[in-house]
Amino acid sequence: MSHYIDSYDVAVIGAGHAGVEAALAAARLGAKTVMFTISLDNIANMPCNPSIGGTAKGHLVREIDALGGEMGKAADACFIQSRMLNRGKGPAVHSLRVQADRVKYHNHMKKVCEMQENLDVKQAEVTEILTENGTVTGIVTHLGGEYRVKTAIIATGTYLKGLIHVGDVSYESGPDSTLPARGLSDSLRGLGINLRRFKTGTPSRVHRRSIDFDKLEIQHGDGDIQPFSFETPREGLENIVLCYVAYTNEETHKVIRENIHRSPMYSGRIEGIGPRYCPSIEDKIVRFSERPRHQLFIEPMGLDTEEFYLQGMSSSLPEDVQIAFLRTIKGLERVEIMRNAYAIEYDCCDPQDLRHTLEFKNIRGLYGAGQFNGTSGYEEAAAQGLVAGINAARYCKGEEGITLSRSSSYIGTLIDDLVIKGCLDPYRMMTSRSEYRLLLRQDNADERLTPLGYEIGLISEERYKLFHVKQLQIKQEIARVKAKTLSPTAELNKLLTEKGTAEISTGVKMSDLIRRPQISYEDLKPFDAKRPELPYEVREQVGLQIEYEGYIERQLAEVEHVKKLENKRLPQPFDYNEIKGLSLEAQEKLNRVQPENIGQASRISGVSPADVSVLIIWLAARK
Amino acid sequence: MSTVAAISTPRAQGGISVIRISGEDALSAADRIFKPLSRNILPSEMEGYTCAYGKIVNGSEVLDDGVLTVFRAPKSYTGEDVVEISCHGGIFVTEQILRLILDGGIKAAGAGEFTKRAFLNGKMSLTQAEAVMDIISADGNAGLRCAESLREGALFRRIKKVSDGMLKLLGSLAAWVDYPDDDIPAVEEYEISAVLEAGIADLDKLLSSYESGRIVREGADTAIVGRPNVGKSTLMNLLAGCERSIVSDTAGTTRDVVEESVRLGDIVLRLSDTAGIHDTDDTVESIGVDRARKKLDAADLILAVFDAGSEITSEDRELAEKCRGRNAIAVLNKSDLEHRFDFSEISDCFKDNVTVSAEKGEGLERLVSAVEKLYGMTGFAPDMGVLSNERQRSCAERARLCFREALDALKAGATFDAVTILIDDGENSLLELTGEKASEAVVDEVFSRFCVGK
Repeated sequence: MSHYIDSYDVAVIGAGHAGVEAALAAARLGAKTVMFTISLDNIANMPCNPSIGGTAKGHLVREIDALGGEMGKAADACFIQSRMLNRGKGPAVHSLRVQADRVKYHNHMKKVCEMQENLDVKQAEVTEILTENGTVTGIVTHLGGEYRVKTAIIATGTYLKGLIHVGDVSYESGPDSTLPARGLSDSLRGLGINLRRFKTGTPSRVHRRSIDFDKLEIQHGDGDIQPFSFETPREGLENIVLCYVAYTNEETHKVIRENIHRSPMYSGRIEGIGPRYCPSIEDKIVRFSERPRHQLFIEPMGLDTEEFYLQGMSSSLPEDVQIAFLRTIKGLERVEIMRNAYAIEYDCCDPQDLRHTLEFKNIRGLYGAGQFNGTSGYEEAAAQGLVAGINAARYCKGEEGITLSRSSSYIGTLIDDLVIKGCLDPYRMMTSRSEYRLLLRQDNADERLTPLGYEIGLISEERYKLFHVKQLQIKQEIARVKAKTLSPTAELNKLLTEKGTAEISTGVKMSDLIRRPQISYEDLKPFDAKRPELPYEVREQVGLQIEYEGYIERQLAEVEHVKKLENKRLPQPFDYNEIKGLSLEAQEKLNRVQPENIGQASRISGVSPADVSVLIIWLAARK
Repeated sequence: MSTVAAISTPRAQGGISVIRISGEDALSAADRIFKPLSRNILPSEMEGYTCAYGKIVNGSEVLDDGVLTVFRAPKSYTGEDVVEISCHGGIFVTEQILRLILDGGIKAAGAGEFTKRAFLNGKMSLTQAEAVMDIISADGNAGLRCAESLREGALFRRIKKVSDGMLKLLGSLAAWVDYPDDDIPAVEEYEISAVLEAGIADLDKLLSSYESGRIVREGADTAIVGRPNVGKSTLMNLLAGCERSIVSDTAGTTRDVVEESVRLGDIVLRLSDTAGIHDTDDTVESIGVDRARKKLDAADLILAVFDAGSEITSEDRELAEKCRGRNAIAVLNKSDLEHRFDFSEISDCFKDNVTVSAEKGEGLERLVSAVEKLYGMTGFAPDMGVLSNERQRSCAERARLCFREALDALKAGATFDAVTILIDDGENSLLELTGEKASEAVVDEVFSRFCVGK
């Protein structure tokens, strides 16, 4: 029998990276919020890699921060090594990645949640969602506790009907030997939500003293560390640990190949679909059989532990095979496993059932976020949690939900991909998923999103003022630089020659010199007497915005072009079987997704350009 | 969708005109204006693919008699109910009948409307629709083969080759950027430039054949020019195979531009026999001379005729100068007189020269091969896939420009993220060309080229 406990505006189910952002955002926007977790000791846990950021994922963290989320600040407070990836490949793809202290990160986030006004944190398994007339009215816990709520955000990660596989051993479990969430799936199915099985894997953790570090390549952090949060000062940040690189070899691959039949993936025991872009080591060896070696990274789990993490070596092979193949690797010959690698299967929804606000199309007040929506990765989860939390709070206040466009952010791209294209395997963010890479740089996330964060109410007045000052400084300095002409002095020509670019014989606009790839804004400082003293973040923007102006304008033109299709609104709901010119597949997909406009329709897989042409003409003919 | 009607035959005097009505109310509209003669059966009672002879009436007034054919949805051109009325040609009567139909509440069809509906109802694809237009307007066999090859995908395959190369490059660039930890080999500058250069070279070839493709499809606007009485009209008649222009020995007989379409090998020449270009005080004649000059400026192909039997004149030199840099062939018309024309003096103004005797009908073969050579038709197989309209050309042109910009940026030392943006742009243009990427522009462009009634 259930018993009434309390009432809330927003209930967040799960306290991983999605749940935490959702709960904090909702509470900060004034919604009375409760966050449920199966174990308070696993709030914001990193059961897989203890790192935050990486290519495109680093962009997501910067965007979360620019909108007023928490992940960036927590990562800044808990990192033990920081690196900016892709430094040589251009500003669009620079990506920040830090190694975090896993326990510290958990403690930090737990405390932030505990201290948050309007937010209650409770240890309980939610087993049922209550609805009336297709609208959320409450939730019930495994102890029978009933909460009346206006909205519920499902952020169950890999807990939902979690099933761990190691070789031929399988057992019900959440990640890291936690309890799985057993009850909720049936309740969701009862609400008409389509569930499916995905799987992901994690590598083993090994003891520090069993690693021969002398035989490994060292990977240093950056000398000049950039924080994730636009609010964290650059000063005083430092790397505390080293990471290491090792390589598999032919012997490793031989051991894996000889035992591949014992992998539950290959014997068919796992039915869930794994991430294409984050494969297990056995997957890599089967799929890329021509590669003589694969890289792995050996990273400390934190400062108060001797556990090391082997990034790149996730596996579901039996325990004895794991030991055998690891010991073939140079530097790991005497390795001792503390926690073995495993694969975990879990229930997740089909994100095509969601709107861009992350609310379910068929149930008012019910939202999904994180791995439950079919993604992989902490950053992807946090980004969705933030959006779901914001929208749940707005729903409670009777305000319209916010949606982010593809051209505004990686967050917008992520959600649009999920909702419109859907995903067939766990979705990982990548820079190549954005067609507006040069606009969506990690360095300008504040310019793109902080005004919106302020409007929503997650950015403080003080931070917004500072943001304005920064933008003004950038604007003024760019105007000054564009107006300034440099004379062809001997010193300047010496610099130009040294940098490998042509000398000048007449006066040249300073901005024209900056546009030369060999010359930076900083290089010209000695020739620019009136240059004001400006903070690093401002100087960086001035340099980038001038150097890449042509490309930025090009991308902006493309944004406008695409907007035309986005402005062609399609009727909703609509039965696409009425348009005979559409292919059968397109009719089916369009009926399923019910896109809001032609732009969205054009991104649905299975809707061909010919189908889009049909829609354009059909829409025009209707008028 | 509303029911529409239009005259589907060219708006010109002819033996028969066809009015097409398409849509839900097509049959009831036909009932109102068509009275079958022999059988007592209304159009709306007729089966698909049947016709009836009868009278077209406005109340009691009979406008014409004709044959009415019924097509029932979906077995019709548009996929809707269609009625086609074949009446007697004659612009006035036909338009009167159309007006009668429109007065009954049927809408006038817009440009390309019937094909749009066919397309909407799944009767044809966008590229097919585009090819329909090309086939309708194609003159000559090679033109038809060009249009057909577009439908069957020869052009598609050529573009695909370029875009596949770019996609592969973009793929390795993306992998290299997105997996910095995965030991993926760095993409080297020389690899990028090699792919770009190959793509640009392929597009160069494709774009240079555009002219041949266009000439094959549309024919070459050809101006026959020269001093008065050097034998222009004789040449034209020789080409046309019949006498059209008035030929006389008095200079200035041809006062206007006479037009004629002739097939020369695989190429259709739209010939204009112009008035001789010379200074004149005769007002009427000067209008002709003026028009001849304009024609000369606009022509695709210039056949400059010179009298081989006389010395080169200042007018000849002036004309030769006008031909410089143009697609111009000098035609030295031989008379029985001895050869006194010194062609070497003006030879660098022309792409080629041939000696003919227009009067005797000699040298036509040489002229044909000179024209074919000029348009790169030797070795030009129209079914190898060519760009056949302005939309396709501008897509290919834009793609080439983007790839060139990418190459320049790469050589100037720009970062790969910026270079990638340019390659992306070019790739998008290619996908638009083949119809693999939809945009409103493509749709508008394709259907804007249709005339009303198609």
